[in-house]
Amino acid sequence: MATGAQVTAGPAGSGTPDGPEPPERTSAARRLRPAEIPLFVLAFLLPPRLTPSRVKHDRRYRTLDKYRFVCGFLALPLAIYAVFVVSPFVQAFYYSLTDWTGYSADFTFVGLENYERLLDDSDFWASLTNSLTFLVLAPALTLGLGLFFAFMLRAGGRRARGEAISGVRGAKFYTIVYFFPQVISVAIIGVVWAAVYDPITGPLNEAFRAVGLDGLAQNWLADPDLALWSVLFVLCWSFIGFYVVLFSAAMGSVPKDIYEAALLDGAGRTVTFFRVTLPLIGDSVRTGWIYMGIQALDAFAIVHIMTINKGGPGNSTLVTPVYLYKKAFESAQAGYATAIGVVLLLVTMAFAAIMMLVGRRERIEY
Amino acid sequence: MGPADVDRRNLIKRATALGLLAAPAMGALTSCASGGGGGNEKISGGEKTDQNPLGVNEKAGLEVVIFNGGYGEQYAKDAHKIYEGRYGSVKHDATQKIRTTLQPRIIKGNPPDVINNSGAEAMDIASLIAEEQAEPLDALLDAPTLDDPDTKIRDVLVPGTITKGQFGGEEMYQLNYSFTVYGTWYSQTALDRLEVEYPKTWDQMLAVCAKAKKEGIAGWTYAGKHPYYFAFTMYPFIAKIGGPDVLKAIDNLEPGAWKHDAVRKAFDAYYELYAKGYILEGTPGIDHTQSQTQWNKGKALFIPNGSWVENEAKKTTPADFEMRVAPPTSLDSSDAMPFETVWAEASEPFMVPSRAKNVPGGMEWLRIMLGKESTANFTQLVSALTCVKGAADGLDLQSGLASASEVLKAAGENVVAPRIHDWYLELHKDKIGGTIAAMMAGDIKPAEAVTRCQRFADETAKDDSVRKYER
Repeated sequence: MATGAQVTAGPAGSGTPDGPEPPERTSAARRLRPAEIPLFVLAFLLPPRLTPSRVKHDRRYRTLDKYRFVCGFLALPLAIYAVFVVSPFVQAFYYSLTDWTGYSADFTFVGLENYERLLDDSDFWASLTNSLTFLVLAPALTLGLGLFFAFMLRAGGRRARGEAISGVRGAKFYTIVYFFPQVISVAIIGVVWAAVYDPITGPLNEAFRAVGLDGLAQNWLADPDLALWSVLFVLCWSFIGFYVVLFSAAMGSVPKDIYEAALLDGAGRTVTFFRVTLPLIGDSVRTGWIYMGIQALDAFAIVHIMTINKGGPGNSTLVTPVYLYKKAFESAQAGYATAIGVVLLLVTMAFAAIMMLVGRRERIEY
Repeated sequence: MGPADVDRRNLIKRATALGLLAAPAMGALTSCASGGGGGNEKISGGEKTDQNPLGVNEKAGLEVVIFNGGYGEQYAKDAHKIYEGRYGSVKHDATQKIRTTLQPRIIKGNPPDVINNSGAEAMDIASLIAEEQAEPLDALLDAPTLDDPDTKIRDVLVPGTITKGQFGGEEMYQLNYSFTVYGTWYSQTALDRLEVEYPKTWDQMLAVCAKAKKEGIAGWTYAGKHPYYFAFTMYPFIAKIGGPDVLKAIDNLEPGAWKHDAVRKAFDAYYELYAKGYILEGTPGIDHTQSQTQWNKGKALFIPNGSWVENEAKKTTPADFEMRVAPPTSLDSSDAMPFETVWAEASEPFMVPSRAKNVPGGMEWLRIMLGKESTANFTQLVSALTCVKGAADGLDLQSGLASASEVLKAAGENVVAPRIHDWYLELHKDKIGGTIAAMMAGDIKPAEAVTRCQRFADETAKDDSVRKYER
C-alpha cells in the first residue's frame, strides 16, 4: 500500500529516473548540504510551479512536496489558533508575573510575587474550596440525575409487545422539556432563580407557606449554610437537560439485542442499567463529566448575578472566577487576578487529565 | 509505510509541537492587551478671554460619556446645547458599562474628554490617578463661574466637594456633581398613622418599632443583597456616639479603630433591632429594589438609603407616601455629636482624562454644568441636589428632596463624610458590609462583628497591594 501511494504521490515522483544507487550516496542524500538549504527552504515556501528544477528533480523532493502540501493547509488555521488561543494564554502567564493594574500600559515585572500572595490569601482559599466543592458535587449530581432521567426515557416504560425496552410514556416530550434550561441564557437563569429564592415574594417560599409548611420557608441565599447549596441546585438544574439529551442519544445507539439478551438472562432494570447501559456509554459519561466539571469550576454568571454581595454571605458562595473578577475589576489588580486565572487553568487541566486517565479503558465496539 | 510517510497521528503531534513553538513568537508579534497606542493628538487651545477663561479651542469638538443610570442622560444633553452654542459640536455617548467601553480606550490613550465615571462599572479612580490618566481639575476650580465673573468656582461648591475629589494630594481629580444625603428614610404618612414622631434617641426608636410591630409592621428593612447600604446610617451613627475622630481613625486604618466603644455601642443598638424582631422578615436575602418596594408598600417603617431613592423608587411610591429623610437616630444624651449630624457628600463623579484630545473643553463643559441653568435643570430633572451651594433654593422640590435639603441645612457644620468607601472599596463593600449583614441576619453577635471588622481593617492595612490614604 505504501509503495503504491508513493508512486502516485506526484508527477515528480514518476518522472524521476530510479536507477540503482551506491549505498554511501543514499546516506549522504538524506542529509542536505549547507549550500542546498536555502534553495530547499525557498522551494518549500513557493507554490509548486515555481519550484526550481534543481529541487524538483532531487529525490528528496517527494518528502518536501508532502510536507509543503500538509503545511499549506495547516498554516492558516494554526496561525489563527496561535494568535487567538495560544498567545492569550502565554500573555496571561506573563501578566501574572507583573503588577499590572489594568488601567495603563505600564507595569513592572515582579516575578512570582503574585503567587506568593495567593498562598496567604484566605479569600482565595475560600473561593477555591467552594469551586472544588462544585467540581466534586455538580458533575456527580448532574450526571447522576441526567443518567437516571435518560434511562427512564429510554428504558423506564412498560414493555411494549415485541420490544425489549421502551421509554416512559411521552418520552419525546420530556426530552424537549428537559432541554429548555439549556436554551435560556445563563443571565436569565440567574435572574429568574434569584427571584424564585426571594424570601418575601419568591414563589418557593410562597409555595411552602401555601401548603402550611412555613417552617420550610427559608432565606435561601442569605443563610450561609444554605446559600452554596441553593447555587449548586441552580447550576445542576441548568445543565441536567443537556445530559439527558446527550445520554439519551448515547443509549439509543446501544443495540437492542444486548438488552434482549440481558432480559433473557433475567436482568431487571437496575441490573440492566449498571451491567449493560452504563458500561456501554462510558465514553459519553466521561466526556460529560469533564465538561460539567469545567462548567462547575466556572459558575461565574450564576454566582455573580444571584448571590448576596457577589459571593456572600461572607465568602460562603465565593467561587474562584468571581474572586478573579473582583480583583481584576473592582480592586484594579489585573496582574494578581491573572495569577488567579493561571491557577484556575492549572486546576482545570489537572482535573481534565485525571478524568482522562481514570476513565481510560478499552472501547467496546458494537 | 515508507519512512517519510506522515500518518495522521504523527501529523497531529507535529502540528501541536509547531503550534506550541510558534506561540511565544506570536505573543511577541501580536499586540498585547496592555499595548499602548500612539494616543491622541492634542488639539491646540484657544485664546483665554473673560468669556473663555479656560482657553477652549472654539472650533474643536468634544466627546462626553455619561453613565446612563439613575440620573439618566437628559441633563447632560441639555448642557451640550449650551456648550455647542459657544464652541464646537459635542459627541454624546451614554452607557451603563463605563469600564467595559472606556478602559480599553484609556489604555490605548484615546479617551473621551469627559467621563461620568459612575455606576457598578465605575473605573477605580485611585488607579487612574496613579497611572496619570486623570487630569487635575484645579484650573476649573480657579475659573470664574458661568454666572458671575468675579466668583471662583472653588467658592461656590458645597464644603467637602473638593476634598471628595482629592486622593492623598492637593489636586482635585474628580468633580462629584450631585450631592447625596444619606440617612434614615421613612414615610411621614406611615409615622402619622402610628401617631409617632421620628425617633431622636435609640430608646424612642425601639419604642416606635415596638408599636409598629403590634400593628404587624416591621421597623426596618434594607438592601440585604448589598449590605453596604447599612453603612449609610451606621457610619454617621458611630460618629455621633464617639465623635468624628472615630470615623477618621477607621478611614486611616488605625490599629484598634474598630475597637472604639462607639462602634460597639452602635453595633449593639442595631443588633437589638434584629434581636427584638424589628427587621422585616426575609430582608437579608432581598435586593435594594425589593427592599424599597416593601418599604413603599408600608411593610417596614425605616430604610437606610441615599437621596437617589426618591427617584429610583418613583414607580412604587404611593402618591400619599410623603417620603422624608432624617439624620440617623442618636443613641442617647451622652452622644458626642448632636442629633442633626448627617452623612452627606458629593457624589456622581466626573473626570477629564489627561490624554483626552480637548482637555480645556472637558473642563469648560463641567463649568457649564456648574452654572445656574444646568444645576437647576439637573435638580428638577432627576430630583437630586448638586454640589453648588444654594443651587436648589427657590426651586419647587419633591418631598424627599426638600427634606434632604432641610436636613443638610439643619446639620450645618455637623456633616460627616467617611472616605473608607472610596479609598478601600473592597474592605467597605465586601468585608465590613458582609460583617454587618451577618450581624443583622443574626449569624454573629456584635462582639464578633467588631472583632471581624478590626481583623479585616488590619488585613487591608497590611496588604501592600492596596494603596493607602490618610486624612
